[in-house]
Amino acid sequence: MIAAAFTDFMQQVVSGLASGGIYALLALALVIIHRSTGVINFAQGEMATLSAYIAWALIVHHSWSYWPAFAATLVISFFGGIGIHTAIIRPVESGSVLRIVIVTIGLLVAINGFVVWQWSGEPQQLQSPFGTEVYDVGGVVVAAHDIGTITVALGIVLLLGALFRFTKVGLALRAAAVNPEEARLVGVRVSWMLGLGWGLAALLGGVAGMLTAPTVGLDPNMMAAVLIYSFAAAVLGGIDSPIGAVVGGLLIGVLLNMLSFLSQYGMFDWFTEELRLPMALLIILAVLLIRPQGILGRPEVKRV
Amino acid sequence: MKTLLELDSVAARYGPVQALSDVSLVVREGEVVAVLGANGAGKTTTLRAISGTVSRSGAIELDGKPLKGGPETAAKSGIAHVPEGRGTFVDLTVTENLKLGAYTRRDRSVRADLTRIAEYFPWMTERGGQRAGTLSGGEQQMLALGRALMSRPRLLLLDEPSLGLAPMIVREFFRIVRQLNEDEGLTVLVVEQDARIALRASQRAYVLEVGRVALTGSSGELEGDESIRRSYLGY
Amino acid sequence: MTPREQRIFGFAVFAAFVVFVFVLPQFISDFRARDYAYVGIYLIALLGLNILTGYTGQISLGHGAFMAIGGYTTAILMAGNEQFGGPVPSGMQDIWTLPIAGLVAGLFGLAFGLPALRLSGLYLALATFAVAVAMPSTVKRFEEYTGGGEGIQLFGLPELTGSNAVAPADPNAPATFELLGLTFTQNDWMYYLAWSIALGAFAGAWLILRGRTGRAFRAVRDSETAAVSSGVSLARYKTLAFGISAAYAGVAGGLFAIASAFVNPDTFPVALSIFLLVGIVVGGLGGLSGLVVGAIFVAFLPLWAQGQDLGSLLPDSVIQGDTVSIPILGDFLFKGTSAPGGPAIVYGIVLILLMFVLPNGVGGLFRRIGQVITNRRYSRSK
Repeated sequence: MIAAAFTDFMQQVVSGLASGGIYALLALALVIIHRSTGVINFAQGEMATLSAYIAWALIVHHSWSYWPAFAATLVISFFGGIGIHTAIIRPVESGSVLRIVIVTIGLLVAINGFVVWQWSGEPQQLQSPFGTEVYDVGGVVVAAHDIGTITVALGIVLLLGALFRFTKVGLALRAAAVNPEEARLVGVRVSWMLGLGWGLAALLGGVAGMLTAPTVGLDPNMMAAVLIYSFAAAVLGGIDSPIGAVVGGLLIGVLLNMLSFLSQYGMFDWFTEELRLPMALLIILAVLLIRPQGILGRPEVKRV
Repeated sequence: MKTLLELDSVAARYGPVQALSDVSLVVREGEVVAVLGANGAGKTTTLRAISGTVSRSGAIELDGKPLKGGPETAAKSGIAHVPEGRGTFVDLTVTENLKLGAYTRRDRSVRADLTRIAEYFPWMTERGGQRAGTLSGGEQQMLALGRALMSRPRLLLLDEPSLGLAPMIVREFFRIVRQLNEDEGLTVLVVEQDARIALRASQRAYVLEVGRVALTGSSGELEGDESIRRSYLGY
Repeated sequence: MTPREQRIFGFAVFAAFVVFVFVLPQFISDFRARDYAYVGIYLIALLGLNILTGYTGQISLGHGAFMAIGGYTTAILMAGNEQFGGPVPSGMQDIWTLPIAGLVAGLFGLAFGLPALRLSGLYLALATFAVAVAMPSTVKRFEEYTGGGEGIQLFGLPELTGSNAVAPADPNAPATFELLGLTFTQNDWMYYLAWSIALGAFAGAWLILRGRTGRAFRAVRDSETAAVSSGVSLARYKTLAFGISAAYAGVAGGLFAIASAFVNPDTFPVALSIFLLVGIVVGGLGGLSGLVVGAIFVAFLPLWAQGQDLGSLLPDSVIQGDTVSIPILGDFLFKGTSAPGGPAIVYGIVLILLMFVLPNGVGGLFRRIGQVITNRRYSRSK
């Protein structure tokens, strides 16, 4: 009995880490944009969905094989993100935050509409690059896709982290996000850096979308719930902390699966499938009431 | 000495407020020039006009060529502007702050320059990994200076470096500036509230009043003239 | 123009608008009247949200939840929940449920406003968002009170005014009923009910905001530190704003339930909360005049999301058969975007362009026009 519970537990942990990895990617995207532009990009999920559809179209309609399509989608997403920032966000950047938020909502609606218009709302199939095999590791059943997701997610996060910490561009990005005026004085083209931030965020979203589609099915509203989880993860981790976003994402993925696991064994048995989302948010709320700046965030000092 | 920077009838405004109405001044290569005046006289705005942070009319020439565009262009042209309040990147480390100073440089001696800076400020190597926000005010001012030097500037703009600092630290700061000027021929334009120390550190000075140049002369003369000191410089 | 003359000008514009609202049904089809009734309903919700976000600066992404509270209060009072095992009997006439719906929602708003004092900006938005997300599931859980996933049916109930409408001899004409000596169709009745309340709510908001309370609200938004130093109690006014805005949303929710003749957990989805926020920003934060346009934005989104074309926005007199009498552009709007997803693309682009062109929303534009008109008699001193 204990052994069965243990394998159950491990399975839930692994799949929790996999979904958590996806939340981490999208949360990281949200944090990058929030740090540089000061807003929550409501369209982040739709942009990810669009990326997944582009990959799908390349594979299914143009007979590309998977990894070239994956790479091409990343490139397209990256430049798409830069394009969106330049054409749509930059004109309103200096205005109020709410104004920019509404623009991202408009972008959300437009992209969602575009996906339906171009490819119809019918659910589609995007294959997983890791196949559908399932491995038995000492009794614990683990999907290849989950392992692959965790690997890719962590890999990309580490790459991005290295970019930020060790390269000149990364330094400039951080400077522009934190102190745009002073960054200009040392010669950093802040607008380009912000655009670059949007490009990186779009790229992260693209990966998240392509990893989500195989399990959930490719349809226009596929990323809606993921976006909400990721938003919660970003706030949980501290809205301006990239590491916090990753930690928050993994935590939420695992935590939700823990609740499912426990409910199977009698505890929290009111925790049904549809309560996952509100539960995630209520957990966040509880954390915020105790520690408003999130796990890794820095306390906001009110300048008087 | 040839003229490095020339301002001719420069005017600038913030919305409806005319901060500079007619400022003309000259900075020659290798000089330390001070810009003095009361609060609101337009001193900071003058530096901002030079670095392109505020839009202005009138002519500004660097080394005979007109200077246009925003701060990024000014930085590329070799102007290092240390703003009011120091402008350190508080979330980044000491070393990262210094490296940012060299952002516009494409040559390979950046690392060598870090060592050179360390000669003036040895603690910056020892505490390179410390977050700049945790430094004291004086250390942040030195860091800002170090960062400016990393760009190997042709012209260094200093905006009220004494603000908020203890007198001893201010003296040390200006000592280093003077040393850089004497040893390396660094050209400096410094805006200051503390007229006394600015005059001691500079060769020439301009006094601004309500957005235009009221007075100019060699620092020695200005300091020596008691009536000028009392009416314009406050001491 | 002196301030007094400006005020009279404002009244005159409002009066003209009132006349316009009351006369409009004569010029539009019966079916269209229902659509425009919803505009009035959303206007009430937006007035409330505007008081909270536009005046005290607290961002709410959860006002759909307060509408849900009001809507369910109305439905439960009308139909009773004894059918599900709950304690409330049926029998309250729809109109009388509305003040109660507002009160209940308002109390919930006050209850939320108090802990919300600890959060600000993004965190408050997240907290209100959590409430909006949790609402449908919460409703489903308390089945004995709310009817669970099936919801509560109001169609045909005697408590629903107009359910006794009688179809006239002409099968194409809508059913009518008598009230207070006048003959109404159900849609016209809904329109007048919604707009009477909306205009009253508008006047109420105006009265609240021009007085001491309104000034306190604005002080809180502009600078909390300064407000406190001036003796404005932050806790009191921020919580009060939550309560008032929730009450408005509750009334709107109750009307929504009446207009739709049912409620279920999906009647007030998360998207509604998001689009209420869109509505006040488009309408113009902090002012009242542009909110009608904001309400139009909120009311017509669902139609477009379902794939209906932009022609549904135009009054019937402009549409003749299959074409629209506005040359070229009309044809494009009517037919070119009718493919699924097309209207959503247009909606999104229009929203973005609006934010480019009108940073202060439509209300800002109205205010500038108003200023131009009222300043023409001022002598300009340079």
